[in-house]
Order: sequence, then structure tokens, then C-alpha cells
Amino acid sequence: MDPRRTARTVSDPKVRQVGFFTPAPPERSISDPPRFQDPIQPPSPSPTQVNDHSPSGNSLSPVMIPPAHHHSDNFLRTALQVTSPTKAFSYSAKTVTIPPENEDVASSFSPGRKVVSAKSPSSFPGVKASSVPASELTTVSVVNLPPGISEKAGGASVEVQNDRPVSAKTLKEKTSKAERRALQEAQRAAKAAAKAEGTKASSAASKVVTSANTKPSKAAKSSSQKNDGSQVAASEKKGGDRAPEKDRKKDAPHPRMQYDDKSRVEKAKKRAVVKQTEARNRVELFRHLPQYEHGTQLPDLETKFFELDPMHPAVYKVGLQYLSGDIRGGNARCIAMFQAFKEAIKDYSTPPEKTLIRDLTARISSYVSFLIECRPLSISMGNAIKFLKNRIAKLPLALSESEAKSTLMLDIDRFINEKIILSEKVIVKHAVTKIQDGDVLLTYGASSVVEMILLHAHELGKHFHVVVVDSRPKLEGQLLLRRLVRKGLSCTYTHVNAVSCIMQDVTRVFLGASSVLSNGTVYSRVGTACVAMVAHAFRVPVLVCCEAYKFHERVQLDSICFNELGNPDAISKVQGREEINYLDGLVNQENLQLLNLIYDATPSDYVSMIITDYGMIPPTSVPVIVREYRRDHLWS
Amino acid sequence: MDFQVVVLAGGNSKNLTPLVSKELPKPLLPVANCPVLNYVLHQLEQSNLKDLIVVVEGEDAALLVGAWISGTFIDRLHVEIAAVPEDIGTAGALRAISHHLTAKDILVVSGDLVSDVPPGALAATHRRHDAAVTTMLCSIPVSGPLESGSSGGKDKAKKLGRYNIIGLDPSKQFLLHIATEIEKDARISKRILHAVGQMEMRSDLMDAHMYAFKRSVLQEVLDVKDTFQSLKEDVLPYLVRSQLKSEALLNRTPQGEENSTEKVSSQNNQAFISRILANASTPSFHGIYSENPDGSSSTRKTHKCCVYIASSSSYCVRLNSIQAFMDINRDVTGDADHLLSPNNIIGPSPKLGTKTTVGPNCRLGEGSEMGDKCQVKRSIIGRHCRIGSHVKVVNSVVMNHVTIGDGCIIQGSVICSNVQLQERVELKDCQVGAGFVVTAGSEYKAESLAKKEK
Repeated sequence: MDPRRTARTVSDPKVRQVGFFTPAPPERSISDPPRFQDPIQPPSPSPTQVNDHSPSGNSLSPVMIPPAHHHSDNFLRTALQVTSPTKAFSYSAKTVTIPPENEDVASSFSPGRKVVSAKSPSSFPGVKASSVPASELTTVSVVNLPPGISEKAGGASVEVQNDRPVSAKTLKEKTSKAERRALQEAQRAAKAAAKAEGTKASSAASKVVTSANTKPSKAAKSSSQKNDGSQVAASEKKGGDRAPEKDRKKDAPHPRMQYDDKSRVEKAKKRAVVKQTEARNRVELFRHLPQYEHGTQLPDLETKFFELDPMHPAVYKVGLQYLSGDIRGGNARCIAMFQAFKEAIKDYSTPPEKTLIRDLTARISSYVSFLIECRPLSISMGNAIKFLKNRIAKLPLALSESEAKSTLMLDIDRFINEKIILSEKVIVKHAVTKIQDGDVLLTYGASSVVEMILLHAHELGKHFHVVVVDSRPKLEGQLLLRRLVRKGLSCTYTHVNAVSCIMQDVTRVFLGASSVLSNGTVYSRVGTACVAMVAHAFRVPVLVCCEAYKFHERVQLDSICFNELGNPDAISKVQGREEINYLDGLVNQENLQLLNLIYDATPSDYVSMIITDYGMIPPTSVPVIVREYRRDHLWS
Repeated sequence: MDFQVVVLAGGNSKNLTPLVSKELPKPLLPVANCPVLNYVLHQLEQSNLKDLIVVVEGEDAALLVGAWISGTFIDRLHVEIAAVPEDIGTAGALRAISHHLTAKDILVVSGDLVSDVPPGALAATHRRHDAAVTTMLCSIPVSGPLESGSSGGKDKAKKLGRYNIIGLDPSKQFLLHIATEIEKDARISKRILHAVGQMEMRSDLMDAHMYAFKRSVLQEVLDVKDTFQSLKEDVLPYLVRSQLKSEALLNRTPQGEENSTEKVSSQNNQAFISRILANASTPSFHGIYSENPDGSSSTRKTHKCCVYIASSSSYCVRLNSIQAFMDINRDVTGDADHLLSPNNIIGPSPKLGTKTTVGPNCRLGEGSEMGDKCQVKRSIIGRHCRIGSHVKVVNSVVMNHVTIGDGCIIQGSVICSNVQLQERVELKDCQVGAGFVVTAGSEYKAESLAKKEK
């Protein structure tokens, strides 16, 4: 469409000069100058119009997240707390006593209640003749919880195991063979889990754990080690909160389990809350991803509604909504999860003989693994969870429980406000400068940021046309289209099949993203790569809008390693059209495999620019954001 | 999970007149030698719901039920009994204990429900949709014994008239219309029909009388509409009818966090969050309806009425007629024998005479004695019964302490406790009330025999 642009070779991403032009904010240029100005390549005359319209964008200053407080004074104390529990916890398993629960249970109805001892039914004449408006309740049966059942007992026994390193000497004579073996296995599992994680940090963590066995005081060397240590300790404990069996607490479920590894899958199944029947016919390349028979999970989880005692109702509700697809989209899922966690923290009270920091981390971990069972986490959620756990681990010990809780709730609010809402607003401000009168904008799927950009540009009185490209089976674009049309935007709706025809008229492509990886790959709704590639072929600039909290340090070259498989039935059947049933009865045949991918990876070659809350950057600069900003602001 | 469970056990039911009496209220009516209330409580216990409120009509009945529960479920359940006056209806009973309800949601279960549908499924559906009320529907059970002919024609005719007309939305998640009886013309809200676009009318579903209510909504409705008597016939249809025009009374309640947060438009961020969340989900027709044409959310208030439809393979029957009593007895010993709880102990095997045959699908209580050459088929015999020789019992229920003389023939009948059948009595499709004495040689067919009230 534009003769000024020269052809670019796909193989050389360095040629691209398109994206980056915001005046580098001081801290960024200082931190990493060579990345931004490619000195090797002289600026070609090609840079697209994107460049030409930039001046107004320059006026925007990058968002500054206020520097977080450093709890340096608390470092030592927290570290000690995390790695070597205080003496209060070094009791032996035999001394744990569970207070009888009847009193708590019985006291739930206070006014006009008559607690009749269950063993003396002779006192029943005490049931009062009640008038219509109010009637009395008579307790006829009470429960004496056996000590093994209550959650407290399960947690306590685990606690004992975790604390053993400290009091190992004294306990050594007392422990039976089975107990020693369990301890050994737990340590081995923790090591294995850390190894599987494959990141540097966690290997340091395992070091911490093992060294804690010998000399706990040495363990706290650096802050990073300390944090990871707490996480590993938490994951070790987590199983205990859900079920007292020793098997369950061994290895934390890894979000990225390889599902073609049979032994690990078996283990995970034993632990799972949601019963998952794996589908039989899976596409060869994607065997490592979980694929469950759809339709079996939801009813099964529903029947267990009352049996998952430690699960907070709000978390449970969010899990159900993930599973049934009532909530989708990275931002919405993240917000819903955090709101549920906030509720859970509000209702949380530290059990006796435990510390808030450790118990709450374990609690949150168990919630998270439940949510993973409902649907694999998105990268944005993973980042958010890391943030929250970090905040918990860094709580100063001196805080009272209510103070700690309110601090955490404020932190959650702050995260939602700053990382999601504020950054969306900034992205909108940046992106609106790229919209001109007479533009034809194309978007794919339904991205919340892109929607806000379009609406905001419309409010500013710009005249432009929107092309909404959609795809089966979710047809999310229709919902976006509905909201846009209601606001009075002029729109065209088409499916992805026709994208090559309509691309001729398009001047900009705006895309949302689930995540941006550090090699500039955009991980997004399946079909995004296709749209971006067509746009690239037609030399239409592709602008990806993504909040910085969704950035991830991982490098991914294809969409096979990490992905999510959706319900294969969704593509074999057409909703609302019963007469299309050519695949009926074939679905379970051995030689038919259905593949419903959820995400794909767009190579950075096809992306002209990434609009994020720190400004507009080329995809090559993603590592800078990941390195500089996340470490400074998110994790501190 | 922030749920409170209320079991409406009932008292003396008129539908079951000869079977229930002052000494034996309906909740304690034995089904396969085990009170019917046991099935509900057992089901709840298995779902880890151990805090229950049992509402019984009448104080005497409450005493009896309380004594039984404390004897059976001691150390297993935490049960509180509330006695309410008779004939105030299900809604009235809830109104009477309304001040004891504190949890966010209330699960109301009828005490005469024999079912293997987990209550958690209903509760989860309720939570997922954030509904005002969720009701469980199940397919109408096959009534009548397997062999035709021996069933009471009267009961069957009555049953046919008791259809539920139920309107569902295309996704079968929301309840749009419910009417308990067939009237000449059904009135369907135009507003709802317009909002949904398509309604599916079903008459093959039955309201199983298991509901999950949002507590605030339930209490408001009970307070304001103080003439409502029955949950099924008044409260539920009212909530369904008004789901798109929730009246002021429902607005004060914190129903739906979205609504309350949207109101505070000054808190921009909150509105932002709720908009993101709302946009991320597929809107139900409620959401679309409450939107203004320009897309902004308006002040129209809605609440959701959801349904949970039990799968057709599960068992779900209410014991509300004599026919249903017979059916349940048959099913519980036959097809649905997994419902029998393990604590239903079969005592030391009864003493049988020579050449006596006991067919399949039978259940004999402890301490019963039978004479020679008896035949028992598809029947239930209670504890400490004495049965003479040459007795034939088919398709029947015999409760405890019954004496049956030689040569009796009993088909398709219910014989309550402490009945005496003298020799050569023939009963077909009869109900014999407690303590009745049938004189020797008499024959009855399709009659209800009971002691006269003194």
C-alpha cells in the first residue's frame, strides 16, 4: 500500500527500525543504551508512518512505579524466620493435642439455644412450644472430631517434619524407621522439584533447604536465596494442608509438567482435586500438554463442593469459573484470582502454633495448585502469584496479624491498580497517538486493551474504521464487535479466513497479547500469528499492546513447547447447527486426532512495535523491560 | 463453604394417611427398614455437611425425630431440631427459623427426598452463577410396579395430573418459567421471552425440592411477602417471574458484587475492574437485558434463577404419596441399592421354616420368624415379625412387630407396625394402619384399613 517502505528480509530482525522512537527515558538509556540504537545498521529510509506520527507520543513520560520499600532492616529477621524456625515450633509430634471441637460447633447459634447433650435424650421434653414467628433450635447431636481428620492436625504433623532439621539430634532416637524414611523422601522430592524447575533460583533454593538441614544459621546468605527457600518450604508444606498423607506433600505440582512422562502424571493424578480423565487421541506433537476429556471435570468438581474443606469459597468459585470458561482473558483471570485471594486473606486467621508468613504461603500455594487443576495458569497470573508470595515472605515479623493482613490486601489492590489498570490507561494514551483520521484499524479476537484504545480514540473524535477479525470456536470477536457497534464505531466483521483479502485496506493492526517473551515473541490467542504474518506481508505495521506485568523472561521459539489444549469437541461440532454432524461417531476413532490449540507464538519479525506501560518499544527491547523494571519494582 | 443446610422433614402428611400416625411421623417412615430421613442425612453426611437444622412440624414429632437422630447420628452430625406448628407450609417453616440463618447461602432440602445426586453439585452451580436461587430438577421417575396391573389406578391417575411445566433457556442453565399444575393457559412473561429469545418448555422434569437460596434474597422475600406459604408454589415462581425486574426489596441486598460496585462510579478503578471482568465473560441474557442500548450498564436490576438438572442415570424420587412409597421401597432394594447406607445393619438372619423361599430383592429385618412353605418375593419385612405357614408375600412392605397368621396372601400392600393378620386373610393393594387387626378369612382389595380415631 505504501511504496515508501522497502522490503525487509524476515531472517534479519536487526533491520527493523520501526518501533522504537520514544525518547528514551533517562533511566532506560542509562541502563542499556546499546540495545536500543542498533549501531550496526544505518537507519533505512523505510521506517513506516509509525515514526512519522510520533511527536505527540513523545510528550508522554514513562510511568514511574514508586520505588517499593526496602525492608532491609527486616532481612535478617525474615531470613531467620524462613529458614530456621524459632524454638516455639520445635515440639515433637507426640505433644500435639487437638482441642475438642464441640464447643465451637455448638456455639454457632447463640440466641435462645438449648444445647442438649446428645447422650441424654431424656432431656428432650425441653423442646419448647414455639410460636410461629420464631422457633427454638435444639441440638440433638454433636460431633466429636477425631484428631486425625481436622485440618489442624494434618498441618501440625507436617510442621513437625519441616522443623525436624532443627531438633534433629534430639529426635533421632525417637523417630521410627518409617518416619526417617519419609523425611528422606521428602528431601529427595524437594530436590527433584527444584531441579525440574530448571531455573537458577530454585537450585539455589534447594541448596538452602539442604544446608538448612545441617546448619540453619548459615542458610540466609542473600535475599534471593531466602525467598526461594521460603517458597520451597511452602510447597513442601502445602500438601499437608490438603491431606495429611505423606505422599501428597512431596513434590509441588509443577505448572509445566510434561504430560508424556507417565510416572509424574500418575503421581499428579493421585494428588489432584479435580478428577481428570485424559483424552485418548492426542496429536503426537502435543503429547506433553494436558488434554482432558471435557465435560467430566466440571460435574466431578461440583460434586466435591463441600468436601474441599481448606478451600476458600471465593477461590473455589473462581476455579469453577475458570473451568467452565465463564472468565477468560489474561487480565480478567488475574483480577478475579487476586480478588479471591483478597477475600481469602481477609478471612484468614493464623492457626495456633504457626506463623502467618509460613502458613499463609502454604495456603496460597494450595489455592494456586487448585486453580492450576482447573485451568493452567496464564503467565500474567504466574507473575502476579510470584509478587504476592514475595510480599508475604517479606512481611516484617513484628506486624500483628491484622496489620499483616491489611498490608497484604493493600498490596493486592496496589498491584491491580498499578500493574493492570494504570498501565492500561498509559497504553491507551500511547496508542491513541498512532490513530489518525481515516485509518482502517484491524484487530483480532477480543483484547481488553485494544477495546479501550478504540473506544478512547472514538471519544477523542477521531474518524476511523475498525475491522474485527474473529475465529471459531470461541467467537470472542462478536462480543467486542457488539460493544464497539453500540458505541457508534463503524466496523467490519470478518473471520480469519478472509484476512488476506481485507488486509489490503488496513493501515494498522492492533493486537493484544497473553504474554511477551524475552526474545520478543508474542504469545497470544491462536490465530494472532497468522494475522501478524499477513499484515507483515502486506507491510502493515503490527502494534502489540501488552502490559509490562505480562512480560516473561522465558524464550520460546515455537508454540509447541508451552501451550494449552482446549476442548476438542469445540472444533468438531458447530454450536447451534445440529445438522453439521459429519464427525459424529468418529471422534473416538484411533486414526482421528483433534487439535484445539489455545495460544500461538508470533515471531518478533512480524511485530513492528510493542506498546507497553513503559512506552513504545521494539520487540528486541523486551529483555530490558524484563530485567530492569521487574526486578526493581515488582519483586522488591 | 459458607452454606447452611435446612432439612424440611415435615410431620404428618395427609397423602400418606394410613401409614403415618402420631407415633410414626413421616420422617421416620421406614423405607427398607430404615427411616426415610436417614437417606437425606446420610447423603448430606457423605458430602461433608455436618451442620444441619432439621425442621419438623409438630412438637411431638420433633421429639420423636430428635430422639431418633441423637440415637443414630451421635458423634457424626451436628443437628439442631426446630419444631414449627403444623400447616404453615414450607415457606412458613423457613420463616420461623429465618433468624437462625447466618451463612451466605442456604441449602434447603426436603426430608423425604431419596436421591443419590450430590448436593454439592447444586451448590457449585449456585455459586458459579452467583444466583439468587438454584433449584434441582430431575426426570420424573417411572411410577408403578414393574408388572402392570397390580398398581392402584387411583394413585396413577393422580400422579398424571401433577406435571411441572418448566421453561428453560437454550443453554439449560436458567429457569425462565415454572408452574406446578396444568392450567388451561400458561402465562409467560413477555419480557423474559423477549430477553432470552428462545424458551424450551419441558414437562418431563420434576422439581426435586432441593434449593439453594441466597440468604439475603430469601429473607427479604419471606419478610415482605408474608402470605407466601410454600416454597415451590409461591416463592420460587415469584423469584422466577421477577428475575428481570428485581423489585426494590432485592436491590438493597448485596446481590451481585458487580451491581454494587458499578453504582459507585466515583471509584473509577472499581468500575474499571468490573468492566474488565464483565467483558471477559460471556454475558447471560440478564446482563444483556440490563444493558442500555448505548452499552452502559443501567439501573435495571436482575437476579438469576438457575437450575441444576440431575443426570438421567442418577436416582431421585420424593416420598410424597403411597405409590411413591411403594416405588422407593422397590427401587432401594432393587436397582438403587447403593442408596442403602452401611449403618443399616441386617441383623442375625431370620429363622425360616422348611421349604420357605425368599426371592431376590427382598429384605428381612432381624428377629423375624417364618413358618413352613412361605413365599416372599420383592418384599420388605421388618423386625420381629412372626409369619405363619403357607403365607405368600409379594410386592409388599411389612413393618415391624407384625403377626401374620397361616395361609395369608398379601400382594402389593403396606402393613404397618403391630398389625395382626389372622388366618387366611387375603389383601391386595391395601394399606393397613398401625395396630389394626384383620379378622380371619377376610378379603380386601385396594382398600385402606386403619383403626378408627377414638
